[in-house]
Amino acid sequence: MIHILRKLSRDLPAMLGLGIVLFVLVLAILGPLLAPYPEDAAASHLTRRLRPPSAAYPFGTDNLGRDIFSRVILGARGALSIALTVVSTAMLIGVPLGLIAGYRGGWVSEGIMRVTDVVLAIPQLVLALALAQLMSPSLESAMLALSLTYWPFFTRIVYAETRRLSASLFVDALRGIGAGTSRIVFLHILPNALSPVIVRATIGLGFTILVAAVLGFLGMGATPPAPDWGLAIAESRTYLPRAWWYATFPGLAILITVMGFNLLGDGLRDIVDPRIRRSR
Amino acid sequence: MLRFVLRRCILVLPSLFGLLLVTFLLIRVVPSDPAMALAGDAATPEQIERLRQQYGLDRPIWEQFAVYVGKVATLDLGESAFSRRPVAVDIAQRLPATLALTFCALAISVFVGVPLGVIAGLTHNAWPDYLLRVFSVLGIAVAAFWFAIMLQLLFSMELGWLPLRGELSPTMQRPPRVTGFMVVDALIAGRFDVFTDALRHLVLPAVTLSLGGLATIVRFTRAGVLDTLQQDFVFYERAMGYRRRRLVWIYVLRNSVTATVTQIGLLFGGLIAGGVVVEAIFDWPGIGSYTVQAILTGDRQVMLAVTLLVGTVYAVVNILIDLVHGLLDPRLMERA
Repeated sequence: MIHILRKLSRDLPAMLGLGIVLFVLVLAILGPLLAPYPEDAAASHLTRRLRPPSAAYPFGTDNLGRDIFSRVILGARGALSIALTVVSTAMLIGVPLGLIAGYRGGWVSEGIMRVTDVVLAIPQLVLALALAQLMSPSLESAMLALSLTYWPFFTRIVYAETRRLSASLFVDALRGIGAGTSRIVFLHILPNALSPVIVRATIGLGFTILVAAVLGFLGMGATPPAPDWGLAIAESRTYLPRAWWYATFPGLAILITVMGFNLLGDGLRDIVDPRIRRSR
Repeated sequence: MLRFVLRRCILVLPSLFGLLLVTFLLIRVVPSDPAMALAGDAATPEQIERLRQQYGLDRPIWEQFAVYVGKVATLDLGESAFSRRPVAVDIAQRLPATLALTFCALAISVFVGVPLGVIAGLTHNAWPDYLLRVFSVLGIAVAAFWFAIMLQLLFSMELGWLPLRGELSPTMQRPPRVTGFMVVDALIAGRFDVFTDALRHLVLPAVTLSLGGLATIVRFTRAGVLDTLQQDFVFYERAMGYRRRRLVWIYVLRNSVTATVTQIGLLFGGLIAGGVVVEAIFDWPGIGSYTVQAILTGDRQVMLAVTLLVGTVYAVVNILIDLVHGLLDPRLMERA
C-alpha cells in the first residue's frame, strides 16, 4: 500500500487525479455543509431567476432562482453514489463469473465467456437505454441497467488473470497439499487477480459518471428537482444563449470529476502493469 | 485471404445468435405479460386476449423464438408504435444521415488523430507532446452532450458562423432523394448552394462526435510510435541514412498503428452510442434521434430493432478491423 502510494507520488498527473477524486469525495460527504445555499437542492426563489455569476452566486442562478454553485456541490453525492453502486454491482456479478470461467474450464467457461462476448458486442449506452426503457424509467432502473451492461469488463479481466494464475506453480503446490477449490480460488487466486480489477474499477467510476450523466440528460436517470449534473444541462437548454452559465458549470463538474478518475486509473495501471506505460 | 474472411464471419455467428436471443428475451420475458404491455393500460381483457393470439404469444416459447428469428431474417422488424410504419422502412430512411455523420466523425478522428499522435510521439516530453496529452485527457473525459451545447452556444448562437441544428436550412429545398445522402443528392441535382449548406450543417455534429475518438487515437498512436522508435530496425534504418520523413511516415507509422486500428474498432461502439446523444442535440434526422424518440415514447419495437442493428453493425465492423489488421501485418493471416 505504502509502496504504491510512493510510486504514485512520483507521477504528477496521477497525483492530480487523486487530488480531484479526494476533493469530489469530500464534496459528496460534506456537500450540504459546504454549499452556501444547501436548501437550494429543492427550494425555488422565483425573484432571482437566471442571474449571471456574481459574488453572491459564483456560478449564477438557474430558471427557478436556485444557486448553481450550491447545486453543483450537492450533485457530487448523487454522481458518486450512482457510480459506486453501479461499479460495485458490476463487480459482484462480473468477478465471480470470471473466477468460475477461468478456473473451471470446459462448457461452463465456454458458456460464460460467450455470454460475455454477446453483451460486450452491444455498445453499453444503447443496451443500457434499452434495458432502462423496458424496466420503466427511474434512477434505480438506470443504475441496474448500467450494472447489467458493465459486468462483462470485469469478467474478461478476471478470466484472463485466473487462467494465468491457475497454471502457476503456487496453485499446483496448493493442490498438492490438498487445498479445496474454494480456498484456492477465493484466498489465493482472487487477491492476486485484484489489482487489474481495481484499475478497471477506477476508470469505470469515471466512465459511469459520464454515462449516468447522459441518462440524466435524456430524462432516464435522476428526476427533478434532484441536483443532478446531467439533468441540469438538459434543463438549461431552454434558456440558451441568454444563461450560458446554467449549462457551463455542471458540465465542467462532470469533466473535472471524470478526468480525475481517469488520471488516477492511468497512474494505477502504470504501477500494476508496467508493460503498457503511457509515458517513459 | 478469402479463407481468413470466411473464418471471421463464421466466428461472429454465435455472437449474432446470442444477440437475437437477448433481444428476444428482452421483449418477451422482461415484461411479465407482453400482451398487456402492448395493449396499454386502458385495454379490456378481450382486447388483450386478441393481441395475445395475433402476436402468437399463446404459443410455446421456443416456437415464438423461431418465428422471431424468421421475421428478423426477412427484415420484418415490426411496426413503430409512434410513426405507425414498419420499423425497417423508418430505419432505411434514416440510415444515410447517420452513416454520413459517423463517417465524417471517423474521418476526422483518424486523419487528424494519427498525425497528431505521431507528432506527440516524436516530440516526446517536449511542449507539443504535453499539449496533446492534456488534450487527449480532456477529450476522453468530456461529456459529448455538454460539448455539443458549448459548441452551439459559441459558434451558432454567439458568433453565428454555423447552423444550430438539422441537416439543411429550412429555406433550402431538399434535392430529390437518390442515395439518401444529402451531400451526394445535392451534387447529383447540381445544387451547389444545397451542397455547401448541407456541409455547413455537418460541421458541428461531426466535430462533437469525433472528439472522443480523436483523443483515443492520439493517445494510442503516440504510444505505438514511442514503442516503435525503440526498435532495432529504426536504429538500423537511421544508420543507413534514410530520410527522416520517409522513415517516420512510412516505416515507423505502419508498425505503430496496429493498436490504433484495434481502437478504431472499439471506437465504433462509442461512435454509435455518442451518435444517439449528438443527433438528439443537433436534431439530426438519423437513427440516433429515432432511438431517443423511441425512448421518450416508450416504443419498444424500435428500441429492440435499433439494439439489433447496432449489434450487427458492430460485429461487421470488427470483421473489417480484423481484415485491416491482416493487411497491415500479413503474419496474422498466416496464423489464422
